[in-house]
Amino acid sequence: MRNTSIEELKQKAIELRQTALTMIYEAQSGHPGGSFSAADVVSALYFKEMNIDPANPKWEDRDRFVLSKGHVCPIQYSALALLGYVPYETIHTLRQYGSPFQGHPDMKKCPGIDISTGSLGQGLSTAVGMALAGKRDEKDYRVFAILGDGECQEGQIWEAAQTAVKYELDNLVVFVDDNGLQIDGTTEEIMPNQDLEKKFAAFGFETKRIDGHNMDEIAATLDSIRGKKNGKPTCIVYDALKGKGVSFMENVVEWHGMAPNEEQYNQAMAELAGGLK
Amino acid sequence: MSLLEKDVVVKKATREGFGDEIVELGKKNKDIYVVDIDIGKSCKTTKFMKDLPKQHVNVGIAEQNGAGLAAGLATTGKIPFISTYAVFGSLRMAEQIRQEVCYPNLNVKIACSHGGLTPANDGGSHQAIEDMGVLRSFPNMKVVMGADYHSTRKLVAQAAEIYGPVYLRFTRDNIPVIYDENEEFTIGKAKQIKDGSDIAIIANGDTVYLGLEAAKQLEKEGISVKLLDMHTIKPLDREAVVECLNIGKIITVEDHNIINGLGSAVSEVVAEEGKGIVRRIGIQDRFGESAPYEKLLELNGITIENIVSTAKELLK
Ligand SMILES: Cc1ncc(C[n+]2csc(CCOP(=O)(O)OP(=O)(O)O)c2C)c(N)n1
Repeated sequence: MRNTSIEELKQKAIELRQTALTMIYEAQSGHPGGSFSAADVVSALYFKEMNIDPANPKWEDRDRFVLSKGHVCPIQYSALALLGYVPYETIHTLRQYGSPFQGHPDMKKCPGIDISTGSLGQGLSTAVGMALAGKRDEKDYRVFAILGDGECQEGQIWEAAQTAVKYELDNLVVFVDDNGLQIDGTTEEIMPNQDLEKKFAAFGFETKRIDGHNMDEIAATLDSIRGKKNGKPTCIVYDALKGKGVSFMENVVEWHGMAPNEEQYNQAMAELAGGLK
Repeated sequence: MSLLEKDVVVKKATREGFGDEIVELGKKNKDIYVVDIDIGKSCKTTKFMKDLPKQHVNVGIAEQNGAGLAAGLATTGKIPFISTYAVFGSLRMAEQIRQEVCYPNLNVKIACSHGGLTPANDGGSHQAIEDMGVLRSFPNMKVVMGADYHSTRKLVAQAAEIYGPVYLRFTRDNIPVIYDENEEFTIGKAKQIKDGSDIAIIANGDTVYLGLEAAKQLEKEGISVKLLDMHTIKPLDREAVVECLNIGKIITVEDHNIINGLGSAVSEVVAEEGKGIVRRIGIQDRFGESAPYEKLLELNGITIENIVSTAKELLK
């Protein structure tokens, strides 16, 4: 944990979005919508909460980060680039041959990636494995995972959830990015999730619903669960907007996996420079 | 004494070999974990569960999660053995193994009982006939089946030693113990049971015994047999197959679909070398059913008699 101010975290969240958008624009491919909905939580985790050492990405006692919704890796890559896990220029190589920034996170190619993801529904199981190992080895590290709300339609998420409760993994913190959209439409249209917070609560998690774009609330929530040792895993469902920060992307299904053209890119970068509305 | 002179009397399921060996390994190495999926009793991991509870996890009936959890354990330096049936271990969790074990090349072992037709009376739903084929097509995966109790123990121990994903397949039903307990095996290296000059028999798993008996009969009739136990179908011991091409006539025998298993792997080498001929004995691209194990083998022509007559036909 570092003492980063709320203002700084907000600024980092903007930088993360701008960096991610630049990557996606240059690559002309990638997933801006879900990257932006997760940006504020990613900022709070990477720039304040997580015990990590960019100079030593394999440090045994580090906190782990599992991007279960792996398609939004541009936002994680941005954090890795800003923190110096890789040279900053790596941002110009997204999805290119030989790049550590593969289309989906690849732990073999990119320092700072704790597990390869991309196939939805699987990340939480791996996070449970990491947290379980931490418990058995009596280590203090925590494991943070970010799941998509659409991703929670996968049955394996619930297999993993029940396991986290069974093994009393209070070192596991699961975020669910409840932006209400997936590829083919809204989650309401495609497959209603009901109340994800209640679902995780019913499985035995300690849960909370917060505003995923309110940095004060994100930071306060992380403050409130730090050092928790009550035998219960935590699930924080955050309300979010897909595309948050860019007016024409916000809550628009099509921006799930689309790259901006030059005009759109310039407008988006300018809007982001003005901060979150 | 050569194996051919030995009378085989004792029978044991190779899943017992796994169950016994994994306890020994777990006692010696605290990083060895077993991830059970509610069939530990049947996969013979109950002793491990009892003796080494801190190294044991049971995820309930949730194979996909079991595979993912094992991958997570492996990222922290553990050596998890996922224990389930071969149908589930190769198919229900196939994509999890691909994405979270093989793609990141993590040190996870998939240890599966009920290989081939050996859960004979469970019927076709539980007889894994395609598992080795599926898993041999995943990069980074090694695919191994021991021929008896002792070789299984040795191969399990070695799988724990080498880094990376290994699929280990065991029999549910009892099969003859053919090897001595001191016999050594190397993953990726064929075990030559006997050299010969007229015909080569390459078998694996529970069919090695059939190859052995066929070899005895053929030798009595003056036919010289080279017999290999190809316990590892991936990486295949290419050199050993190429050596068989000096003889030129090869019979493969396996308790697996003839598509994509040992026979296919050997045929790939033979075709690439451009000489020699292969006859594949194995499951005839059909599902199994409930029946005595021997009956199921017979229905597919996986018999001593068929090996012998195929050899004679090839030598005509
Ligand atoms: C197993 C699997 N099925 C399908 C996909 C294709 N896919 C990529 S993103 C996505 C939608 C994800 O929606 P959600 O989890 O809500 O993420 P977000 O909206 O935050 O991007 C789908 C279906 C995939 N990556 N993995």
